[in-house]
Amino acid sequence: MSKAVLVIGEVTTAGVAKGALECISEAKRAGADPVEVVLFGQGAKDQAAAAGKAGASQVHYVEEAGYSLSQRAETVKGVIDSKSPALVMLSSNTYGKELAGVLAARYKSALATECLEIRFEGDVVKATRPMLAGKVLAKVKLNGAVAVATLRPNTVPATEDGADAPVADLALGGSADGVVLTDSSKGSSGGEVDLSEAAVVVAGGRGLKGPENFHLIDELAEPLHAAIGATRMVVDAGWKDFHLQVGQTGKVVTPDLYIAVGISGAIQHLVGMQNSGCIVAINNDPGAPIFKVADYGIVEDLFEATPKLTEKLKAAVN
Amino acid sequence: MKIIACVRQTPDTETVVKIAGDGKSIETDGIKYIIGPYDEYSLEAAVQLKDETSGNVTALSLGPSRVGEALRASLARGADSAVHINTDGAETDDALVVASALAEQIKKMDYDVVITSTKGSDSDRGAVGPMLAELLGLPYIGLVSEIACSDGKFNCKRQVEGGVTESFTVSTPAVICCEQGVRGQARYPSLMQIMKAKKKKIEVVDFASLGVDGGLAKLELESLEYPPERPPGRIIDGDSLDAKLDELIRLLKEEAKVL
Repeated sequence: MSKAVLVIGEVTTAGVAKGALECISEAKRAGADPVEVVLFGQGAKDQAAAAGKAGASQVHYVEEAGYSLSQRAETVKGVIDSKSPALVMLSSNTYGKELAGVLAARYKSALATECLEIRFEGDVVKATRPMLAGKVLAKVKLNGAVAVATLRPNTVPATEDGADAPVADLALGGSADGVVLTDSSKGSSGGEVDLSEAAVVVAGGRGLKGPENFHLIDELAEPLHAAIGATRMVVDAGWKDFHLQVGQTGKVVTPDLYIAVGISGAIQHLVGMQNSGCIVAINNDPGAPIFKVADYGIVEDLFEATPKLTEKLKAAVN
Repeated sequence: MKIIACVRQTPDTETVVKIAGDGKSIETDGIKYIIGPYDEYSLEAAVQLKDETSGNVTALSLGPSRVGEALRASLARGADSAVHINTDGAETDDALVVASALAEQIKKMDYDVVITSTKGSDSDRGAVGPMLAELLGLPYIGLVSEIACSDGKFNCKRQVEGGVTESFTVSTPAVICCEQGVRGQARYPSLMQIMKAKKKKIEVVDFASLGVDGGLAKLELESLEYPPERPPGRIIDGDSLDAKLDELIRLLKEEAKVL
């Protein structure tokens, strides 16, 4: 009888990464006990105890100088082998995705990625995950020992009603391999705010008519501290970079507020944003499919409505 | 560089998905299959890297007979050769089963690097790349958004959470997973390339001959359902643009509580 869960995540000097907190909260909500956590970080040991606030019973802190997937895998192997958790949980972020795949292959585990929720039925781990870009939801059962699941970011709230947890040092294991991190730097070619983590996203589509008009989106994003998104057409035409694409072949986003400007709402776009908290659409075509998913629709010419909305929002949020 | 590009055939992204009567599969009637949209980008990167290094690209795909079409299309887009692991009649839905079969086949091949993509647009798993690396005992780097090759090594960049860009050097052999757009838009093959591709031979390997243990499939699909529909929204009425926008801001503040 084991409902032991091991969460693997990151900690920075700013605190435990949100993805790890979400995993801990979701494991607790599902009735996992105990929930142990391995956190990788640089000079952030004193921050690791905060994982207890989300419900962790024990934290293992690993001081990491760079980043090595093979070393992370070797490090957690020791913990998995000694604790035999029923489930290893990771956030479905860049690091979680690759470590999950490696661990599942190593332990011949069931692997469920991008889960929206996990649950225990008796000792059996079950999960819900989207398939076909969210056109269907799959209910899956993770058979066998040491199942592995990744949780889609921004899907479950990270609760913080516990107390600090004890933190033990864990040495980085294994040795480096042929993938060597040479530089890690803040500030990317994209917008100011990261798309997949943003609370507000402002996205532009074909209705903008050309890259020279995309400043309307940038300006609307500013008072909202929003991330910038774009449709596939905008990206394919080269108006904006690929990593800003929202939709089936781009990113899936779930912000609290999504403002779609000049976006008609092709199914490939809708599946990338339809789980947002509140959706606003500005489009001059009342028949546009975007209005079927929008909570609030403004049927107006975007070239008039967008700058005006920017001005009004500036006043409203100040 | 000798490159193996993994390609998955998936339903066209415009497919209207219908859950079949058994409640755990998709109705396949009338589905048009394409090269996975993510794989289009990684294949494009593979072909550009081969051109830059005077190497070659082998497209590798696993699936039933229809997958031959995706490999034919990969040849037209610049792959030099193609290998099809034919799974007709076999159960190969599980990621570890897929990765194990690919790994067994790759072990028999001559290569420097295996290139995969973000995910299959049907399973939405993104699991096969890292699994493949583990099974082959190779280093892995995921979600690369820039890639170049010099002096027998790859220089890769990727954008991770929090607006951070990471740079890596990758020695071969390795498994590298490429993001969409890593080398720009995927090319459309010319008529001549399509004609040439028709003459190339696709090597077919029987899935059963690879000796993959079916017991590896531990993720069990219990049921499929449609996601809950969003409650209908409203078009905001008003006498003027100003009135509509003022009402929108009021609703965002008071009803949706997102401002």
